[in-house]
Amino acid sequence: MIRFFSLLFLASIAVGCKDSQATLTQINGKQIAITDSLKGDEAILEYIAPYRQRIDEEMGAVLAYAPTSLSKSEGPYNTAIGNMMADAVYELSNPVFKKRTGKEIDAVLLNHGGIRSTLNAGDVTMRTAFDIMPFENSVVVVELSSDQIKEMFSYLESGKAHPISNMQIILDQDEKLKSTTINGKPVEEGKTYFVATNDYLQQGGDRMTFFSKPVSMEVLDYKIRTILVDYFKAKDTIAPVRDDRFIQE
Amino acid sequence: MIRRTFIKQTGIATAAISALPSFDLFAETKKTKTITILHTNDVHSHIDPFSPEDALHPNQGGVARRLTLVEAIRKENPNTLLLDAGDIFQGTPYFNFYGGELEFKLMSLLKYDAATIGNHDFDNGVGGLAAQMPNASFKMLSANYDFTNTTMEGLTKPYEVFIKDGIKIGVFGLGIQLEGLVTKALSKETEYLDPVEIAQDMSRILKEEEQCDLVICLSHLGYDYKFDKISDIKLAEKTRNIDLIIGGHTHTFLDKPVIVNNADGVEVLVNQVGWAGINLGRIDFTFNLDGSISNNARTITV
Repeated sequence: MIRFFSLLFLASIAVGCKDSQATLTQINGKQIAITDSLKGDEAILEYIAPYRQRIDEEMGAVLAYAPTSLSKSEGPYNTAIGNMMADAVYELSNPVFKKRTGKEIDAVLLNHGGIRSTLNAGDVTMRTAFDIMPFENSVVVVELSSDQIKEMFSYLESGKAHPISNMQIILDQDEKLKSTTINGKPVEEGKTYFVATNDYLQQGGDRMTFFSKPVSMEVLDYKIRTILVDYFKAKDTIAPVRDDRFIQE
Repeated sequence: MIRRTFIKQTGIATAAISALPSFDLFAETKKTKTITILHTNDVHSHIDPFSPEDALHPNQGGVARRLTLVEAIRKENPNTLLLDAGDIFQGTPYFNFYGGELEFKLMSLLKYDAATIGNHDFDNGVGGLAAQMPNASFKMLSANYDFTNTTMEGLTKPYEVFIKDGIKIGVFGLGIQLEGLVTKALSKETEYLDPVEIAQDMSRILKEEEQCDLVICLSHLGYDYKFDKISDIKLAEKTRNIDLIIGGHTHTFLDKPVIVNNADGVEVLVNQVGWAGINLGRIDFTFNLDGSISNNARTITV
């Protein structure tokens, strides 16, 4: 497709007093795909090699197996890969939190943007965990008031598939909140809840401002990526599914 | 409004003239210069190509291949600039292991001319970015981040003027609002300034004071948003004197560069090439050097 446009080059007046009277007359734009039809520059490949070697030594370890590829783009509301991440945070953080505080995590909320790659079918390796979660973010558990929990649900009304665990959101036909539950029950006025998230979101990332001023906060010193690695190690097969935790009726 | 109508009508008139065969004969005798702009965005530490098993981009990308392509284009036209629109860091273990050292060293080996700063370039803190700056031989351009009282102070420039074959090319950098994207603990005292106001200043300085023939904005604002947030498209509409906006942040794959009318009704090219270095953008600007030519028409082919 070629589009053809012409117009006066207004700035020609401005460059008029210069030695060379350069007038922009033609612009051609395109995009070139970087594929295997291009041979990699040898000097660059050699330069990268020692850096790659050290990484490969640690990244190759096979932790589990995935029968199908998982992508965060598979639909609105909830995705298999997001459900896996939020469930992994719930399963692995709760024992740590309980041991430290004697209390239980009620729910988990991460962010859709924090899923940084697809999980490819085949061997799930250390590299998979780095690809999905390259960030160094750690789990924090915030104690939120019932009002803050309601703010959280209002935020989630947007329908974006932010990973959640142990809560359920149902939107009506107009994409408005119809029903919400946390730890299996509707929000109780005056009660506080323990929500696991990461330090990035707690500090205002993705404008999750309901996390900003929690009643209390426990930093678990447990990186999300380490949670994924531990989760992969504990499971032979990684095959999460989309479910009804966040749906539109 | 009167001026805009005039431009439109003139545009139609010149289009008709340039479609005549006599114009082509005329073109053969005129002296021209071509500047090639190559660009990447959101490479996110993707130094190696994606694996052949990758579900979305199998066997695509790779820095070594990118150099092969860039060198071939430089051979074809030595008057080439190589630019990056930010988010150089974060996305593969290369960043976790080496903190951006290899990314900057490779961009220097590829002879990048300039880059701007993306939100993920703060992922090891403003100090982590500053620590890697000695590995960058390219200019780090940022006009709307005020780094006063941070370790990045003095390590960036708002703009740079490149001269290729006598053509003056002004390039300035714009970053995205940090609040909600980069925590205070990482950005420290970095201040975000209004990109539209800054872009107005920059384009005026580059066009009028520096007398640039070409003005390029390297932007990490994002291509376009459904909600009210400044984007490359909005920036193009609200400003003047910018010829090309090279964007990033939203990892947008475009079928072709997009043409937007600016505040003067002049066309601006907006481009972005996805992410992870799987594409290279190429924009060729051809200049006519005979100032006496009355037919000052600009043709955009995308």
